[in-house]
Amino acid sequence: MKWERERKLDNHKTVRLLDDNGLRVDGRRFDELRPLKIEVGTLDKADGSAYVEHGRNKILAAVYGPREAHPKHIALADRAVIKCRYHMAPFSTDERKSPAPSRRELELSKVIREALEPAIMSEYFPRSTIDIIIEVLQADAGTRCAGITAAALALADAGIPMRELVAGCAAGKIDGKVVLDLSDIEDKQGEADLPVALMPKSGMVSLLQMDGSLTEDEFKQALDMSIDACRRIYEMQREALRQKYHIVKDEADNEAATEVRV
Amino acid sequence: MHAERKQLVTPGDVLGEGPYFAGENTYRDGTKIYAARIGLADIIGNKLIVVPIKGVYIPRIDDIVIGRITDIGMSGWQVDICAPYPAMLPASETPMQRGRDIGRRDIAYIYGVGDLTLAQVIAFDRTRDPLLTTKGRGLGKVTSGRVARISPAKIPRVIGKQGSMITMLKKETNTDIVPGQNGLILATGKNPEQERIAVEALYMIEREAHSSGLTDRVRAFIVDEMGKGKEIGQSQNSSIA
Amino acid sequence: MSTTHQLPIVARLEQKTVVDLIVKGKRVDDRGPLDYRPTTIMLGVIEKANGSAQVYLGKTKVLVGVKIQPGTPFPDTPDEGILTVNSEFVPLASPTFEAGPPDENSIELARVVDRGIRESKAINLKKLCIEPGKKVFMVFVDVYVLDHDGNLIDAAAMAALGALVNAKMHAFKVEKGEPVYKEEIVPLPMQNYPVSITSVKVDSTTVLDPCLEEEQVMSCRLTVTTDKDGNICAMQKGGLGFLTPDEIKQIVSTSISKAKDLREKILSNVK
Repeated sequence: MKWERERKLDNHKTVRLLDDNGLRVDGRRFDELRPLKIEVGTLDKADGSAYVEHGRNKILAAVYGPREAHPKHIALADRAVIKCRYHMAPFSTDERKSPAPSRRELELSKVIREALEPAIMSEYFPRSTIDIIIEVLQADAGTRCAGITAAALALADAGIPMRELVAGCAAGKIDGKVVLDLSDIEDKQGEADLPVALMPKSGMVSLLQMDGSLTEDEFKQALDMSIDACRRIYEMQREALRQKYHIVKDEADNEAATEVRV
Repeated sequence: MHAERKQLVTPGDVLGEGPYFAGENTYRDGTKIYAARIGLADIIGNKLIVVPIKGVYIPRIDDIVIGRITDIGMSGWQVDICAPYPAMLPASETPMQRGRDIGRRDIAYIYGVGDLTLAQVIAFDRTRDPLLTTKGRGLGKVTSGRVARISPAKIPRVIGKQGSMITMLKKETNTDIVPGQNGLILATGKNPEQERIAVEALYMIEREAHSSGLTDRVRAFIVDEMGKGKEIGQSQNSSIA
Repeated sequence: MSTTHQLPIVARLEQKTVVDLIVKGKRVDDRGPLDYRPTTIMLGVIEKANGSAQVYLGKTKVLVGVKIQPGTPFPDTPDEGILTVNSEFVPLASPTFEAGPPDENSIELARVVDRGIRESKAINLKKLCIEPGKKVFMVFVDVYVLDHDGNLIDAAAMAALGALVNAKMHAFKVEKGEPVYKEEIVPLPMQNYPVSITSVKVDSTTVLDPCLEEEQVMSCRLTVTTDKDGNICAMQKGGLGFLTPDEIKQIVSTSISKAKDLREKILSNVK
């Protein structure tokens, strides 16, 4: 309700994004990440799932698969087909959003799939599909990045072979200054938005988009900042996985044979 | 080796560097070998592997599986073995035939849609769907008992080191327990109550697979439940009489 | 057009197990025939929504968000706010849910939940009028199914009621036909509290709050929605089976008393 009030009461007033001390509307410094909370395996029916709260974003991701290709004709002979759906709940935004997929959701579904697919070892499962579903339950800017963070965890939770995890974080520019991890008001009133997703082990960027206006120097600054943040988020992902699958060493020796299934 | 034996690893973690081979669920990139799935790192000889904690069932030749008949075809049945690929059980791979021609009516008579079968995988590769047979000992249509469905990665835990867990389960619940490599487990007992206890014990193992003292706790659970059952069983019997 | 469902094939042996247990008065998860699964209701989980509620009914998980926004009234009710209930069976909730517009099950659920709220006059829609004939408040109730383990209707109705009871809006005055918001926060004007109870018939036995396995073997289901005074405000029979008049009366009677307990549980969560 608080943000609705900000919007409704200060309807025509543009909020100052950086105060005299260089602090942002929510009190953060220019290079500070919003708080993150990660839970793995929250859903029962899905093969893998994860829930991420990144700032006020609340994102649920689930993975089904690998499973039989539906319809059969989309199957590929040498690897799994990856299907990715990014979707926002009608109550996730300030103004209620129609549940029908918008062009933005379709575009984001594509770039998110392209950010995750390189990390998935889909050649292990020819002629099958892996479905990735991302639902934004509450949106506050940076949903595609948080969605990637959650989806990578859901894939790992489903036991799908991956080269590495993928983590996402955006940077941008507000009041002339390059800052990390834009919030909703900063995204709406700021000068640039740069969402980035990183595969931390290899250091490769698998998602990169930009809109607004940045000089070349500002861009480099923003990119470095978001890459660094992605690495930090990756450590949080690993920690969340560890917590879920905490294992006692000697009990593991009680399993029959070390014959391994792919 | 960078990771310790039985250490929990996540995709992208470094397992080792140098003179090792990349085994199951790992991959090599340059001089390093990385984990490809969540699981426990291990080493067999000089092969680094990851024993997975979760994951879908991928068929292997010689696996015993429990499947559901989903369709009847010209010469056999389509079977769902909870894998990304539907399996085929040809009529020629069932023990009933003695050189007869099988008509479609016969096929429907042997297995109908919704029936369960205990079968063995005889063929599977990247280019075609798995092929099953029921010509082995103990294989064939499942007509009684209860089926539990757990993650295939937990089946080794259900069996236990040298069969310790499954032997205990069978003895304490007085049921015959047949685990399929695809995660489905058949429990056949003398009465439904014993079957129910066996199934609950199996789900307990799945939930707590990696906690300590599991075998003892499962045994205690079963003994407790069997004790309760005896009281109820007795009063039920008297009311039926 | 409605087509016979392509249901996932449940093994006959598994069906038999569920049916045998129910006929004996037991259930797969060891519940009594009239017992609901462990239920958790959390209100206010989505701060950006005017109201929200998350319900865990056993392993079934449903999230409902309520948004209140100005809109144009219907011509035949110029001084009343508008209630809209929508439901999404998102693909993450079940291996059988596909992406796309709501299918007939999703639409049925939305309309049954809608009927419960509308017919019980749960929301005082007259208090949502801004300017008669020109502007009123619209109340969007969006049901999001997150995990399907049976009895989505009851879980959705519970979450919808929770979200409505949790819903708040700015007090407003009207200036030149537009709402002008004040600082004061007021609850959505509620005056009744509908609760739905779903029973399924398996063989000739009736059980409440079916889990997914029980829904897969049922012959039919009956949902009965009652208001705070025990009056019936909505009913829906689903499935291909039949009910005798006596069975229906018995189910209705059970539902009315069961609804009282559930209503208390939901309302006790209100801050």
